[in-house]
Amino acid sequence: MAVTFSLPTVLARLTDGQATIQASGTTLGDVVSEIAGRFPRLAPRLRDEAGGPYPFVTFYLNDEDIRFRDGFATPVREGDEITVVAAIAGG
Amino acid sequence: MTITLDLPSIALGKPAASSGRDLRVLPLVCKLCHTTYPGTASATCEECLGPLEPVYPAGRALPSAAQIGARSPSLWRYREWLPFEGTPVHSLDSGFTPLLESPSLARLLRVARVWVKNDAVSHPSLSFKDRVVATALNAAHALGLDTVGCASTGNLANAVAAQAARAGLPAWIFIPHDLEPAKVVGTLVYHPHLVRVRGNYDDVNRLCSQVADRFGWGLVNINLRGYYGEGSKTMAFEIAEQLGWRLPSAVVAPMAGGSLLTKLEKGFREFAEAGLVSGQAPRLYGTQAQGCAPIVNLVKRGGEAVEPVIPRTIARSLAIGNPADGRFAARAIRDTGGWVAGVSDEDLLTGIRLLAESTGVFTETAGGVTVAGALALAEAGRFRSDDEVVLCITGNGLKTADALEGTLPAAPIINPKIRELEALHGRDL
Ligand SMILES: [Zn+2]
Repeated sequence: MAVTFSLPTVLARLTDGQATIQASGTTLGDVVSEIAGRFPRLAPRLRDEAGGPYPFVTFYLNDEDIRFRDGFATPVREGDEITVVAAIAGG
Repeated sequence: MTITLDLPSIALGKPAASSGRDLRVLPLVCKLCHTTYPGTASATCEECLGPLEPVYPAGRALPSAAQIGARSPSLWRYREWLPFEGTPVHSLDSGFTPLLESPSLARLLRVARVWVKNDAVSHPSLSFKDRVVATALNAAHALGLDTVGCASTGNLANAVAAQAARAGLPAWIFIPHDLEPAKVVGTLVYHPHLVRVRGNYDDVNRLCSQVADRFGWGLVNINLRGYYGEGSKTMAFEIAEQLGWRLPSAVVAPMAGGSLLTKLEKGFREFAEAGLVSGQAPRLYGTQAQGCAPIVNLVKRGGEAVEPVIPRTIARSLAIGNPADGRFAARAIRDTGGWVAGVSDEDLLTGIRLLAESTGVFTETAGGVTVAGALALAEAGRFRSDDEVVLCITGNGLKTADALEGTLPAAPIINPKIRELEALHGRDL
């Protein structure tokens, strides 16, 4: 499945300035693995040593926080948009 | 004759001076991996995406209690603990709200004394968000940002709109589309760019983190967050000073993103480190509505990671399902020996009425959560009979008056005849 993967500027410096990346996979974890393979410097920012997401990095699959789904095991579909956001709060 | 009153141009005024030569922000450090950064409009660590907070110069000169006491009654009397070098230029008169004692609440909570820290009358926008916005707008000035904004559940929108109007800064304010009418009116009246976003606060927050990235504006609780959050400490400073330079034994505060609890702990600790107060740090108690209680859940469950929830509560100003400071708030609560309480929407309405009837303070739903939470904590035996408890009341009841609809007794209507009042009163006057 081809998906779009959007990064905050603070991480785009690890992808030669690309804030939006085309990627593919059948689960979100696959997509993250594929991107981690292409951008080795980005890899440790996307997932921890155990291969899971960090508490301060939130992944959204089409507007939904993946923690309300199956995390990295969540399936992705053709055309899905994945957005990575540094956790922030208070309002 | 036609008169044109061009309000927008008056409201927007001229942009503030671009870069504050006379005001600089302090450098930042990552709370997780401790990487340091020069002062900047970013709240995110480039190494680990953790949150950044300011670094204060070691060995800086600090004022004595007497010196602070002689300064003007605003949050800037604690300027050595706010993240700047130089002279602030915006919102110089926010802060220093009343601390009032409530013997009735002390009896109800079965403790020695109770005080209410009353940010319901904060200047200018009637919530404790005036503190953080005062700090953030000065950070925007120091960093040369000429547009500000925020993601808000309402109170922050009011505070940014009011203070930006006065500072002459354009403001872009993002709120959930279905916010309480009073909070929308209380923002629009200042004529900011107000955008209602379909979704809940967490959706607004996510959009705003992308907005800050893309537009380079100073979004006070997003990319200026490291500076913004420090303003909350002034609530702790004021409590200590207003108690006569001493610490209460317990403090109860509401939790949304969790920042206030964290900053209360930091504020009390900094005053102790400065030798301005002595004795044990207050036990910190956090309250949330049961319909959005991710931090309460975390403290009760243990561990470090917040499990986000979809908020379902009338306490809209606390309806943050994904609180980024949740783990730090939980740590502050555990480290000080405090605890948490989650309250139902019904109980928070009772809490609002109880504070009004016992103490003469009308608070919004978040304050109802604090009062009802304090009662629940007392019921659970969390307080001691010799405790001195401060309740942090963070917002004004007029902002969420709709919530009380149907819960208050109806007021009778009479003709302007004395005998009708006598009949109503039940006796001859
Ligand atoms: Zn870091």
